[in-house]
Parts: sequence; structure tokens; C-alpha cells
Amino acid sequence: MIGFDFDVAHLLAGGLVLVSFLLLYQDRLSALLNIFALQAFVLSLAVAWQAYVQDAPHLYVTAAIALLFKAIAIPVALHRMIVRLGIHREIETVAGIGLTMLAGVGLVALSLVVLLHATAAENALAREDIAFALSVLLLGLLIMVTRRNAVSQVVGFMSMENGLVLAATGAKGMPLVVEFSVAFSILIAFIVIGIFLFRIRERFDTVDIEALDRARGGNR
Amino acid sequence: MALIRDLLVQSAEMILVLALSPFVTGLIRKVKARLVRRVGPPLIQPYRELVRLLRKEVVLADNASWLFRAAPYLVFATTWVAAALVPTFAVGLLFSWSADLIAIVALLGSARFFLALAGMDVGTSFGGIGASREVMIASLAEPAMIMIIFSLALLAGSTQLSTIAAYMLSPHVGLRVTLAMALVALIMVGIAENARIPVDNPATHLELTMVHEAMVLEYSGRHLALIELSAALKLLLYLSLIACVFVPWGLAPPGATWSAYTLGAASYVAKLTAGAAALAVFETAIAKMRVFRVPSFLGAALMLGLLGTLFLFVSRGGL
Repeated sequence: MIGFDFDVAHLLAGGLVLVSFLLLYQDRLSALLNIFALQAFVLSLAVAWQAYVQDAPHLYVTAAIALLFKAIAIPVALHRMIVRLGIHREIETVAGIGLTMLAGVGLVALSLVVLLHATAAENALAREDIAFALSVLLLGLLIMVTRRNAVSQVVGFMSMENGLVLAATGAKGMPLVVEFSVAFSILIAFIVIGIFLFRIRERFDTVDIEALDRARGGNR
Repeated sequence: MALIRDLLVQSAEMILVLALSPFVTGLIRKVKARLVRRVGPPLIQPYRELVRLLRKEVVLADNASWLFRAAPYLVFATTWVAAALVPTFAVGLLFSWSADLIAIVALLGSARFFLALAGMDVGTSFGGIGASREVMIASLAEPAMIMIIFSLALLAGSTQLSTIAAYMLSPHVGLRVTLAMALVALIMVGIAENARIPVDNPATHLELTMVHEAMVLEYSGRHLALIELSAALKLLLYLSLIACVFVPWGLAPPGATWSAYTLGAASYVAKLTAGAAALAVFETAIAKMRVFRVPSFLGAALMLGLLGTLFLFVSRGGL
């Protein structure tokens, strides 16, 4: 079980979780986008390694999609967007980085415990890939919960999707059609969110989610 | 005969760490000065300072208790023992049965405890500030250190440094993300513990930012010399800890020949020089952070240690 293949896959998937923690830690918007690009890059490396190990050429396509769209196109577009919105120097007020990090470690521990018990019969490579993928997914969710800025919520959403892709490559036999449709739906979602951002900004003069709560008549 | 030889090697190691530690401090200062295009003090400047301080008389505050006078000796003794326990140029020395990571952390912790007490003893406000900040940093750095030790011990099956170094040299270490995390976390803890730049500035006496210097502000003469020497020893300890665990090449095996010992010593000095230069570059490149950001810095180290331990369970394939 402990071989070179396994070690590299472990390293890359672990690196992905680590980059998710960096996303959670970073409170400057443009640095956040750079780390998001890094995450997509690590994801494409991990997927390419899985393609090599599993001898599955269609996974190379997945890796290429991750590299082109998520590591290059979307971060560049988001960078432009925050420059146009004039918030690229903004520092977000995240409520207690230390607490957030602890919650993140708790989520990772939870996903490891659950998945290592649930998938005891599978082979080690798929098991740990799925465990790490669930961690990345939950961390993305945590980013969305703790952030107040709409752009960083988008980043949290995208990093959740990165976790999904990692899970899908670990489980053998995801068809290429599904892969393409997921990638395109992400792109569409990105465009829709982008339009929404500018709309929100037009109406409320900010992309802070709190403003929406106030407009809705929230209790703050 | 073998016992005498072991004793000789062990005492050589103790003398070596003591003799090299001011050199490391001087080297860091020199590299930092050269990086900003100043000439910098000569490499033997820390030795000169120590000699000068040893010659000067001790000025004590009126209300200083026996604790204030005893603390420098206690701090120096515990730090020296801890630094001598870390394998520097050879593993399997006479005292290596006690060269346990947890023992080293405990020795450093008691040194810090006495220093913080001494800082509060005279009753000046600076001493109190320094002591409380030092304890705040320590209360975050020690759990992180313990998590690092856990992950290393889970990997190597022992907390003994000789065993860990032997495991790291063996071929079945593999490429592990846990080790990378432990290395980063250990560097972060080392920076915080040694009061290096992002956490504290070792070269300043600016009141609001200092931690370590504020604690030892009341000391003078030979007491100050001992405290400075133990600070240098502590820095050397962390450098050799990192070198011993993560770059253990060149360590002489137990019962080696004299040439192996010489080779080990040469590689040790090379590692120290590289580590000191890297630290100096790092310190020049970044700015000091606010005291209130230190908890999140050390929290990141703690989190890395925790994650490393968790990942280890995954790679073992079971919980």
C-alpha cells in the first residue's frame, strides 16, 4: 500500500487541503484570488497524477480543464472584477481567524473519521482521495459561511467545486460528459454570479452581504 | 575505555554547542548587515560582548530577591542541557537515552518559567509586560510544538531524537505531506520561541514592541551575559533540532571512528551556517507583526501540526 504512487497522490491531495486552509486564513481579496489559482493548479496536478496512476486518459482532459479555466481564466476575470469594483485592496473583517481555523480542523477530522470508516473495503488510494475531497468541500462551505464579501463567497463556492472534482477523479469511472457539463455549469454560474455582483453593487453601493440582510429587514 | 571515549565525545558536544552559539548569533547579525549594505560587526563580536559583560559588576535593584539572582544560572543550566541533548554531529551519545523531544520541551519550558518570574520579580512595568507577553506566546507555541512531536513520534515510533534521525535516514520515509507541515510548523514555533523578527525584534529596545528584551531589562553584568548566552544557545538548539530531524545527513553513527565524527562536525557547521543565513534573509525580507497578531501566527503553526497528525492517520489507512 505504501508506494511511490500512493505517496505522491497523498502529497498532492494533502496539499489541496492545505491550500484550502490558506484560503480560509487569507483576508486580503487579491491574495485570496491568487491562492484560489494555486488551489486549482494543485488540483490539476492531483488529477493528472490520478490519470497517470489509473491509466485513464480522459482524466488528463479534466486536469487541462482545471488548469485552463480554474487556474487561469476565472482568477484573471475575478481580479479584473475586483479592480473594477474598486475593492482589490480591501481587507475583510473575518470573525476570529483562530476560531475559523479550529472549526476547519474539526471539519477535516470529521470527514476523515466518517469516510475512513464508511469506505473500509475500498483501496487506499480511492479512500484517502475521497476523504480529502470531502475535507476540501467542507472547507469551501466554511469559507462561504464565514465571509461577508460576495467575491470571497464566490471563491468559497469554486473551491467546493474543486473538492467535488477531486472526489470524482478518486472514484474510478466518471464519464467525460459529466466532466464537461460540470465545467460548463461552473462557467455559467461564474458568469451569472459576476452579473449579480455588479447588480448588487449598483443597488447597494457595496458587495458586503450584510447590506442585503439589512435590505431584507434582517434583525441586525 | 569505551566509557571514557563516550564521555569524551559527549563533553565535546556540550563544549561545541556552547562555543558555537555566539558564532551563530554573530553570523546572523553579519549577514543581516551585509544584506542592507552595511559592514556589520565582526563575527567574534558576540564573544567580545560576553567577555565584557562577565568582567563588569552586577547592579541589582534594591528590592530584588534571591530568585532574581538565581534565575540566570537556572535558565542557563537548563538551556545548556537541552541544547546538548539534541544530536549535533553524532547520534547515540552517552546521554542520548534522555535526548527525548518531550524532555527538551520541558527543559525549555522551565527555563522560560524562571525567566518570566525573574522579569516580574523587581516589579517594574516593563518586566511585567515582557513576562506576560512571553507567557502568552509560550502558551500558544508549546501546544504547537507538542503536536509536531506527536506527528514525528507517530511516524518514527519514538520521541527519542536519535531514533527519529535514524528513521529519517532510512529509505522507507517516503514523500509525506505530514513532514512538510511539521517542518513549517517547527520553523514557525522556532521563530516565535527565539523572539526572532515577525514575532519580536531581538535588536531593539523600543518599548512597545519588545518581549524578550523587556523581561531582561533589569539584568546587568555576568547575569546578563548568562542570559544572552542562553538566548544564543536556544537559537542554536532550534537550528540543530531542525537539522537533526529534517536534514540528518552526515550524522555520525554510534561508536563511529574519529574521522566520522570530524565529518559529522563539518556537516553540522555547514548546516548551521546555511540555517543562519536563511534566517537572516527571512528576517530582512519581512516586517515585524503586531503583538496581537502573534496568536494567529502561532495558531497557524498549531493547525499545521494538528493537520499533519490527521493526515498521518489517513496515510496509515485507518483510525
